[in-house]
Amino acid sequence: MANTDFPLIFERSKEGRTGYSFPEFDVPEFNLENEFEDSYIRKEAPDLPEVSELEIMRHYTALSKRNYGVDSGFYPLGSCTMKYNPKINEDIARLDGFSYIHPHQDPKSVQGAMEMMYDLQTSLREITGMHEVSLQPAAGAQGEWTGLMMIRAFHEANGDYNRTKVIVPDSAHGTNPASAKVAGFDAVTVKSNDKGLVDLEDLKRVVGKDTAALMLTNPNTLGLFETEILEMAEIIHGAGGKLYYDGANLNAIMGYTRPGDMGFDVVHLNLHKTFTGPHGGGGPGSGPVGVSSELAAYLPKPLLVKKDNLYTFDYDRPDSIGRVKPYYGNFGINLRAYTYIRTMGAEGLKKVSEYAVINANYMMRKLEKEYVLPYQQHCKHEFVISGKKQKKLGVRTLDIAKRLLDYGYHPPTIYFPINVEEAMMVEPTETESKETLDGFIGTMMKISDEAKYNPELVQEAPFNTIVKRMDETTAARKPILRYEK
Amino acid sequence: MEFRYLPMTETDKKEMLETIGVGSSEELFSDIPDQVRFKGELELKKPANEAQLKKELAAMAKKNANLIEYSSFLGAGVYDHFIPSVVDHVISRSEFYTAYTPYQPEISQGELQAIFEFQTMICELTGMGVANSSMYDGGTALAEAVNLSAGQTKRKKILVSKAIHPESRAVIDSYAKGPNLEIVEIDHHNGRTDLKQLNDELDENTASVVMQYPNFFGQIEPLHEVNEMISQQKKTMFIVSSNPLALGYLTPPGEFGADIVVGDTQVFGIPAQFGGPHCGYFATTHKLMRKVPGRLVGQTTDEDGQRGFVLTLQAREQHIRRDKATSNICSNQALNALASSVAMSSIGKNGIKKMAVLNMQKARYAKQKLEETGIEVISQGAFFNELVVKLSENVANVNEKLLDKGIIGGYDLEQAYPDLKGHMLIAVTEIRTKEEIDTFVKELGDIHG
Repeated sequence: MANTDFPLIFERSKEGRTGYSFPEFDVPEFNLENEFEDSYIRKEAPDLPEVSELEIMRHYTALSKRNYGVDSGFYPLGSCTMKYNPKINEDIARLDGFSYIHPHQDPKSVQGAMEMMYDLQTSLREITGMHEVSLQPAAGAQGEWTGLMMIRAFHEANGDYNRTKVIVPDSAHGTNPASAKVAGFDAVTVKSNDKGLVDLEDLKRVVGKDTAALMLTNPNTLGLFETEILEMAEIIHGAGGKLYYDGANLNAIMGYTRPGDMGFDVVHLNLHKTFTGPHGGGGPGSGPVGVSSELAAYLPKPLLVKKDNLYTFDYDRPDSIGRVKPYYGNFGINLRAYTYIRTMGAEGLKKVSEYAVINANYMMRKLEKEYVLPYQQHCKHEFVISGKKQKKLGVRTLDIAKRLLDYGYHPPTIYFPINVEEAMMVEPTETESKETLDGFIGTMMKISDEAKYNPELVQEAPFNTIVKRMDETTAARKPILRYEK
Repeated sequence: MEFRYLPMTETDKKEMLETIGVGSSEELFSDIPDQVRFKGELELKKPANEAQLKKELAAMAKKNANLIEYSSFLGAGVYDHFIPSVVDHVISRSEFYTAYTPYQPEISQGELQAIFEFQTMICELTGMGVANSSMYDGGTALAEAVNLSAGQTKRKKILVSKAIHPESRAVIDSYAKGPNLEIVEIDHHNGRTDLKQLNDELDENTASVVMQYPNFFGQIEPLHEVNEMISQQKKTMFIVSSNPLALGYLTPPGEFGADIVVGDTQVFGIPAQFGGPHCGYFATTHKLMRKVPGRLVGQTTDEDGQRGFVLTLQAREQHIRRDKATSNICSNQALNALASSVAMSSIGKNGIKKMAVLNMQKARYAKQKLEETGIEVISQGAFFNELVVKLSENVANVNEKLLDKGIIGGYDLEQAYPDLKGHMLIAVTEIRTKEEIDTFVKELGDIHG
């Protein structure tokens, strides 16, 4: 039997308690049972917990202590951009005039909200160098799919129905091929070369008349800038395909280069990464898309426009791919991103990228003394090292990650990208101080020593966490996905 | 200029560049080809200090008529329910909101357990066996359900009731283009789905039938009869979108044979915030457990036999399966699912019915008052907390006049249903007082003439 000392909220429940203050029943009572057929009236109450307000606070406070966020400590999770989440963003998002407004209100009564959205669209256009932006997609993966649907609509408008393939590098995020599939395409992989960049020869091999698009993250998931981007653009455009920019790594290049200037036709951004929308334990995010003028007609509708000093939603867009989400996007997250952009301005955002890149290169040069660095060139905002030297000692990358937990760190992303053996993907972000980086580097050196002289210590880690390694095999084999009494 | 989020000092920078072995940070960007280098400065507004920015954005917020100061009768998928203070206090704990997806279970038990509890609450409300950790919103959850049904049945035809939220239908249409599905919309009569047309369209090529319960007009659809029809066709799946608050009073779709139940938990602890972020839920049967999109949390034990939780059945997901995944979804709405969990815990087992009933009673009071005032109420059958009235004037004009009186009027149905000119969808939630309802009806009566 499992030790269940730490209770579920259901196990704190006691009949007759409540944590809610009900509004007054101030109207005459109507007989509801006459109105409904008996079989439509619920017989058994849903077994929600019955707890007092204090018990709710104690329960969730205890849960929060069993969790780890950026405010708890260093979180160098590669490709996730776990930077500081500014507190003013949270305060602004909670203003009544932003938090308590309804999407179906008369636009004239929500001009402030629409002004913010319009300003954000304009800012994102400038930062990405794209012609037009829509804030509608809910998150990065939805932005990818939205972008691909626009590319599909473009090809179809040209009577080009045979472009069924989307090319993705072997180092790409899993969402890229998955989004391609959902958009009705087949994903084709292009290989990386020995520098960790897209292999142009292989790209020439896979590109063709059936190519709808190439999806690219630049810098890529190894943190390396795709220096041959113009050649790639030429190959793809030459074949009639479109170039898609996955904005996951925009934090590396703000003010230095723009997807629009690199020849990209469609861009999505992850506002919860680069622009400090908090990750929230897995969401909500926000994934706006930007497009070149050639693709603007296909943007999701409605599109927010400004006419005679009035902000309106334009639904009259016959070529639009339609709606990708009810309402106008994750407004609350967009507002946080806007607050951040207003805080930083052009000067601040360029420094963000500069410092993110310095931090990453600094860590990389320190860590390569003990860990294998597969690609030697300067990195951008993140880098990938390999634990294959430690693996020979019997210590796997997973073990190193677990040992980091003992020292109070969130580990890097592990076993991704898939083209590096025993990968550890480190992204420090610009909001971390040199002291924090040095502390982490020191710990990684210590773990490397432990792997040499006391490998069991690493193999059996963690020791200091509230739970030990979990039995994930049983969890998947005999799934228990809900509490039952 | 100095930036409070950037701790790097000039000394730090110098030392770090030395370690890297470069003379300046520019060298780290020298691999970006000159032709694509951005020269000059981005054209953005100048950076604002914290005090100035608070003032500026507070002024922007003030330009919006908000649901706290105005008395709102607007629903249509997004509702103004009371949010207990505990909700925001819990989700403001930064161990929750500054965390990533719980990939490292040893330091993420808090989030994992909270999601496990959310999954349980959704199963309880919907009467289903399995629920996931959440989706973007009710609309995309519905579209994912439709695509799942097509994949599962290997059929292309989907019957979608026109009494489903028009924006959710629009999302279904967009998602259907990828797998080339044939979406057949079924008409409604007086706010209820035309069952005869549904039955006529239902055939051996139908992957699923999609209904909303209560539907967009607030009406309670006869799920039992629909399920009987569906049962005539082997394999055809039954998808129901439900306002989870209504399920405090209504028999849950799970008891009417639904295969997938989706919806939005915005009604529990999530402010309207101009339409997002809200929180979709996705519940289904054990049979379809391995087809579910998105994250799932499962219970297990650690090496010491301690109960704990992990992300599980990940072989369904994009980061493992890439183009073979059940969906491309990566994030969930964890923080909003947490908000809803806190609200649901706060409302509780008996409170949920009480709250549903309070909504229904107030809506019926509004209906009676409207009828007494001589306003034509179109809704006649069993309904939850929304009803349709027909006005002599264009709804947009009426709403403009109401706004001057401090009232946010109902949804203009003509926007989505051109034949419903002058039809307003009115929502009455538990926080509207008798006095507010009386004032609203009086003002509406005065305008209506």
